[in-house]
Amino acid sequence: MDLFATALPALADAWALILQPLVLGYLVLGVVMGLAVGVFPGLGGIAGLSLLLPFMFGMEPVLGLALMIGMVAVVPTSDTFSSVLMGIPGSSASQATVLDGFPLARKGQAARALSAAFTASLFGGLVGAVFLTLFIVVARPLVLAFGLPEMLMISILGLSMVAVLAGRVALKGLAAAGLGMLIGTIGVADAGGSLRMASYDFPYLTDGLQLVIVGLGIFAVPEIVSLLRQDRSIAKDAALGAGWMDGVRDWFANKWLSVRCSLIGVVVGVIPGLGGSVVDWIAYGHAVQTTKDKSQFGKGEIRGVIGPESSNNAKEGGGLVPTLLFGIPGSGSMAIFIGAIALLGSGDIEVGPAMLRDNLDITYSIVWLLALANVVGTLLCIGVSGGIAKLTTIRFTYLAPFLFMLIAFAAFQSGQNFEDILALFAIGLIGIFLRRFDWSRPAFLIGFVLSNPVEKFSNQAFQIASFRFRKSFEDGMDYIFSPIVIALLIITVVSVVLGLRQAKTIMAEGDVQSGSKRAPIVFLMVIMAYVLAALINANAIPDYNMTDKIVPLVIGGITLAALLILLVQMILRPEGDTIFADKESSGEDADAPYGLWGTLAWFAGLIAATYFVGFILALAGFLVIFLRVRAQAPWPKTLILTACGLALMCVMAGALNRDFPPGLLQHAVDLPWPLH
Amino acid sequence: MTIKTLAASAAALALLSGPALAEVDFSGKTIEWVIPFSETGGSAKWANFFAPLLSQELPGNPTVVVKFMPGAGSTKGANWFQEQEHKDGTMLFGSSGSTQFPYLLDDPRVRYDYNDWIPVMATGTGGVAYLNPEDGAKFDGSANGLQDVDLIFGSQGATGLDLVPLLAWKLLGMNVEPVFGIKGRGDGRLMFERGEATIDYQTSSGYLSGAADLVAAGTAVPMMSWGALDEDGNIVRDPTFPDMPSFKEVCAATDGCETEGVAWEAWKAFFISGYPSQKIAFLPKGSPQDVIDTYVAAFEAVRARPDFAEISSNEVGEYPMFVGEGAAKATKEATTVTPEAKAYVIDWLKDSYGVTIK
Repeated sequence: MDLFATALPALADAWALILQPLVLGYLVLGVVMGLAVGVFPGLGGIAGLSLLLPFMFGMEPVLGLALMIGMVAVVPTSDTFSSVLMGIPGSSASQATVLDGFPLARKGQAARALSAAFTASLFGGLVGAVFLTLFIVVARPLVLAFGLPEMLMISILGLSMVAVLAGRVALKGLAAAGLGMLIGTIGVADAGGSLRMASYDFPYLTDGLQLVIVGLGIFAVPEIVSLLRQDRSIAKDAALGAGWMDGVRDWFANKWLSVRCSLIGVVVGVIPGLGGSVVDWIAYGHAVQTTKDKSQFGKGEIRGVIGPESSNNAKEGGGLVPTLLFGIPGSGSMAIFIGAIALLGSGDIEVGPAMLRDNLDITYSIVWLLALANVVGTLLCIGVSGGIAKLTTIRFTYLAPFLFMLIAFAAFQSGQNFEDILALFAIGLIGIFLRRFDWSRPAFLIGFVLSNPVEKFSNQAFQIASFRFRKSFEDGMDYIFSPIVIALLIITVVSVVLGLRQAKTIMAEGDVQSGSKRAPIVFLMVIMAYVLAALINANAIPDYNMTDKIVPLVIGGITLAALLILLVQMILRPEGDTIFADKESSGEDADAPYGLWGTLAWFAGLIAATYFVGFILALAGFLVIFLRVRAQAPWPKTLILTACGLALMCVMAGALNRDFPPGLLQHAVDLPWPLH
Repeated sequence: MTIKTLAASAAALALLSGPALAEVDFSGKTIEWVIPFSETGGSAKWANFFAPLLSQELPGNPTVVVKFMPGAGSTKGANWFQEQEHKDGTMLFGSSGSTQFPYLLDDPRVRYDYNDWIPVMATGTGGVAYLNPEDGAKFDGSANGLQDVDLIFGSQGATGLDLVPLLAWKLLGMNVEPVFGIKGRGDGRLMFERGEATIDYQTSSGYLSGAADLVAAGTAVPMMSWGALDEDGNIVRDPTFPDMPSFKEVCAATDGCETEGVAWEAWKAFFISGYPSQKIAFLPKGSPQDVIDTYVAAFEAVRARPDFAEISSNEVGEYPMFVGEGAAKATKEATTVTPEAKAYVIDWLKDSYGVTIK
């Protein structure tokens, strides 16, 4: 075969390029830097890569590639730390990992969960590399076979995972997903530029809410607040159970799940325009559907960690296909990667259609550098996981102020507006109540993440389909119902049917007890008021901008219908029914020594102080007062911890060349960095 | 005086004022180059290319870092820059066509004024439109054969750089239906490759790196380039694509398309704003002359590098890089449009796409 006649020598050339001490050294350097950036939630590969960019100009291509790939490759691996240990989704790729990883940490099995996740991650990365080596030379027609209807169907398949994660009351899951989608439509519409639930008088919302903020708000804020109220360590009884070898064994016992999820990851990653946010949910859904005893999901099922982690790293490999073959970035970090490649050497490596023809050896180097970086990164991560897992045995009151610090900083980095932190707080409130009343938070997040793709692809596919139908009916039908669409449709229907049947046993929030009627009904009414407002707002968009109003109207209508049925059910059913689930009625939250509002006030205090004196000064005051008053720490400990926190922030922001949120004080007086 | 001689004399002036330059020294300082887009866009690539070169040429070799301030289609960053005053010459701002168009169209979000800013460097690009083979066969140097064909185009939005091709096709009497909401021209090309879009365009570098391969493989037929500006401000063939007719030639050959009058002038004004002077580097208002001269001299030195043509082929290509006076003239052209032309475009956007700017 002609293809292999050129591919094999190129593969050999690639290995010759990679296997040089200097190249491997740069790779390890990149990996270490990537780990340092990746363990902080919300920063991820984009921040790290922009840090490297100034050095790329004129650099020897293979060295620059080693450095950059080392950094990109470990971010989806290292962000697992915060997902598992703190319940904070480190990036969009590890949202599903939180669902079972964090409960495992709370059982004292953090090391086991981490090493299982890392092993799965490593394996996914290697499967991705092998698959790509064979596949990349023939990938072009397959990528081109995925048109808009196919991409729409994949997004809908991702959305159908809501069925699995809907919780005990399916309608609540549906409404949560609908609310997530509606919140995802906030801002200027892509198609016609209409404003939805936003105004130019308050410009912040016109760009919509960032995924980082919604992810942190929905998962991190409620968990931090809840743990802080209970005033104990993350791991119950502050003891570490299973060790890292158990995690590796867990992975081995589930290797076939890992293989399947890796393949899901590569295939979805190959399709440009979808990005990583769907992959982990599809993999999680698959893990649930293929597990016989589903009762442990959401409470610490190791398969719920292995599935998404296998897929999210394999996706990175898959994402290289559109990046290298078409010059179309699959993610933000890939976009920077493309830009950086043009700076390397004499600038003659041009990512795009000519890449395979002119630079097949470089292409293979990239694929295998990615695999190697995965191996190095995983070994490092597993090596430190036992030690880092000890964090879960620390009294949480000592961790919480630093977590508030990190998530506020991460939120601010997403748009560099003070409003970013306010939005984090507001979404955090929604998250707290969704959690309290057992409305599926994963369903909300899936809705939010997929809101934009579903809207975009359905509008565009509709436009092109009507164009085809004008040509001929047959042409239109061929376009909409391609074999891929039909296959995806069948998978979606099957997964919804199976998912609904299983959803009742999967309790992402644990077994929430039911309480009185009043609080759940009030929360329902509040959601309903927002949905109504969004509906009225969307309806006010003029009809010639139908593309901007149709999706909010349809989604809002369905959500409203679900809410109305729920309202009727709530009125009819007796107190104590599962529909009235309320964490404040009994259980950990109800028994917590501290109240919700008092605890939340600490975070609000940090935000308010930032508004006046800027982040660093506010943080210094916050840490001292929190540690003295809430944690009752002695002065020396308080001062040392505060200094450590401030130093960490300054070093990180300084190294990444980031600013801190300024306050009114900074507007009035010119202060030196980091105070300005 | 032509742009070239202007630029050359500016450079000579800058060199003559050498002694004055010695006063500006950036040793140990960090220059922040603020880009009102995300890390992933074309402007990021542009600034990242120039940053290390600029660092080598500025006195004292300061570190030049690129900072990103995305939001509201770049108007957020531009509004922020409007508030900045000169401090110590360590701030630079980069705007692009996407910052210029809202300014020209009186977008309500715009609170910035180009007249306040001090341009030091500008670069441009060109663009090429191409068709699928089936419809491309009907193109014979005029668009007469294409006027009764329905075409689909993947577009990033009618008020951005896509305004120029959409208006060009409209002037040719073509019926092009834009599918809005794609991100980046690469996505547009992919839509074309999948056969979903039937007409597309790329900026020059995008055409050479992606679409030219399609043309070579016979899956795309080039239609025209937008053209380039000659020294007298006329639209001529794009020097990067000398074998391709410019839009002006195609328009002249097509029934019903006029190369003069309000519609033509409107197209030309937005073309100039979006392409020949697409990306401009500014110093904040109030910058003293010695700082301006220092930057102009540094960019001049970058342009004079013997390897500049080679290393900049992806960034600048065959298009002139304007420095100093040349950049000021380019900025003037990129940000001025007659009231008639503006009114024409605003009406057209409203009638065709329901876009209202108020």
